[in-house]
Amino acid sequence: MTDATTVPRPRRLLDHGAWFLVLPALIPILVLSVGPLLYGVGLAFTDAQAGRTEPTEWIGSLNFRDLRRDTLFWESFGIGLVWAVGVTVPQFLLGLGLALLLTQKLRLRWLARSLAIIPWAMPEVVVGIMWRLVYSPDAGILNETLRDFGFGDGRDWLTGLGTALPAVIVVGIWAGLPQTTVALLAGLQNTPRELHEAAALDGAGAWRRFWAVTWPALRPVALAITALNLIWNFNAFALVWVLTAGGPGGRTRLPTLFAYEEAFRYGQFGYAAAMGCAMVAVISVVLAVFLVGRLRGGEEK
Amino acid sequence: MTRTAPAAPPRTRELRRAFGRAGQYLALAAYLLFLALPFLWLLSTAVKPAKELGSLHPAWIPDQPTLENFRQAFDEHPLLRAAGNSLLVAVAAAVIAVLVATPAAYVIARTRGRSATLATGWVVVSQAFPFVLLIIPLFLVLKNLRMINTLWGLVLVYVVWALPFALWMLAGYVRAVPRELEEAAAVDGAGRLRTLVSVTAPLLAPGIVVTAMFAFIIAWNEFFFALVLLKSPEKQTLPVVLTHFLGAEGAADLGPLAAAAFLATLPSLVIFALIQRRITGGVLAGAVK
Repeated sequence: MTDATTVPRPRRLLDHGAWFLVLPALIPILVLSVGPLLYGVGLAFTDAQAGRTEPTEWIGSLNFRDLRRDTLFWESFGIGLVWAVGVTVPQFLLGLGLALLLTQKLRLRWLARSLAIIPWAMPEVVVGIMWRLVYSPDAGILNETLRDFGFGDGRDWLTGLGTALPAVIVVGIWAGLPQTTVALLAGLQNTPRELHEAAALDGAGAWRRFWAVTWPALRPVALAITALNLIWNFNAFALVWVLTAGGPGGRTRLPTLFAYEEAFRYGQFGYAAAMGCAMVAVISVVLAVFLVGRLRGGEEK
Repeated sequence: MTRTAPAAPPRTRELRRAFGRAGQYLALAAYLLFLALPFLWLLSTAVKPAKELGSLHPAWIPDQPTLENFRQAFDEHPLLRAAGNSLLVAVAAAVIAVLVATPAAYVIARTRGRSATLATGWVVVSQAFPFVLLIIPLFLVLKNLRMINTLWGLVLVYVVWALPFALWMLAGYVRAVPRELEEAAAVDGAGRLRTLVSVTAPLLAPGIVVTAMFAFIIAWNEFFFALVLLKSPEKQTLPVVLTHFLGAEGAADLGPLAAAAFLATLPSLVIFALIQRRITGGVLAGAVK
């Protein structure tokens, strides 16, 4: 801003003073995002508790030793994995099918597109409430429809031990399907159309064309959206919180819900932070697999 | 129709194609139903009188639709106040996020190399960390800043939460502004600031609006941080207040609950409808044509 008199050389619009432009964004990110994250990792090695007066002590890996023996936590960890995979895989398969469908010349595409906004724009809390209304044992449409088709009497989907997790997974799929579909549609744009047509002329069937032409071009986007979905779903909170609050009997208690209760119901900040670290470990594995997949690039499989 | 066709092959192919088409429409219909039905049920429940809600055979279309549930929702829960809180938080977060992100995004877009890579890297990483690991330290940091249980504390969190995405979006918009325009202004003797304000900023305006709307939706819809950081009832945002409707297991007042839930969705639905062409438009149009 001070060098208005000197004639700036072309191709050099920014000098070191430009970093002042970055600071307003950088400082809050450092103070409220990077800082707390490191702080959180540090907390995992302390006995920090809510509302305690004596100073917090460094206890080394004690929290992690306790965590290793905490069968309830590992149960919820397993549920978290089942949930994340159970939502992500159908999301990908359905999203891919839909994306391919929407590249066809079909009527009603506009409707599909308008409706796709709904789950995307809805607050997770509202999605949860909405599906509770759908699943509701007496006022719900699901049971009513089943009754119409002669399938027994009302079931309480969200409080049944066996049905709760699948019921919640269906909601997760519903909520994330549009994003996945749109991302894959964007990926399909990478498909070289001429190559597709050439393959068709050579007599390659739809299946062949998909694997030989579409998939290689789609692969990077497919990998990225799957990795992100896995992570997002593993970290989900509000949806399940509203639907079941982790019940019945912990059958839908994701690790995020577990850690939240540990921290804000029982005040065990240090221990809950250790749980967060355990989750980061899993997420890092997902990211690593994704990066390896990217590096291997065009190879098949 | 095909008089001179050499019999079988073309006809089976046509038949096959017709079946394929039918299958495609069937799949599309199933998808549309899956997307739409829960939402329609929400609407149906919202306008259903208490009598029909209690009936054992709920109907899609209520016999006597009513707005009573909306009135009751407002009467029994501090919806207006909660909506006011949400609005304040979301607008403030959107405005601040954009103000802070725009200059930074400009620098990121115009300098090649490490900083830009770092910024994009942070977008991915920030998405990856579980909230629970962030929320405890954030809780303690805000407590020390005496900002726990304040709406401005929440605004701060949402700004940071929206920043990576805002930076990423805005940097994209900056890259779309031809560098030559700025260089021409610079050669004409305009200073950097002047170039930014009178040449670049007007071209960025649409992108800034879209980014602000995105940040608004993120803040309007957010639940977890609001749940943890706001303690006093009069400060709670709409998503948090909505969960109060649920009450004890199954004891929810379904009609008013549905009415309030529907209302809470409206702002983001409207905004999304306005900007979705810019987000998905190009994507879908390109893929579909």
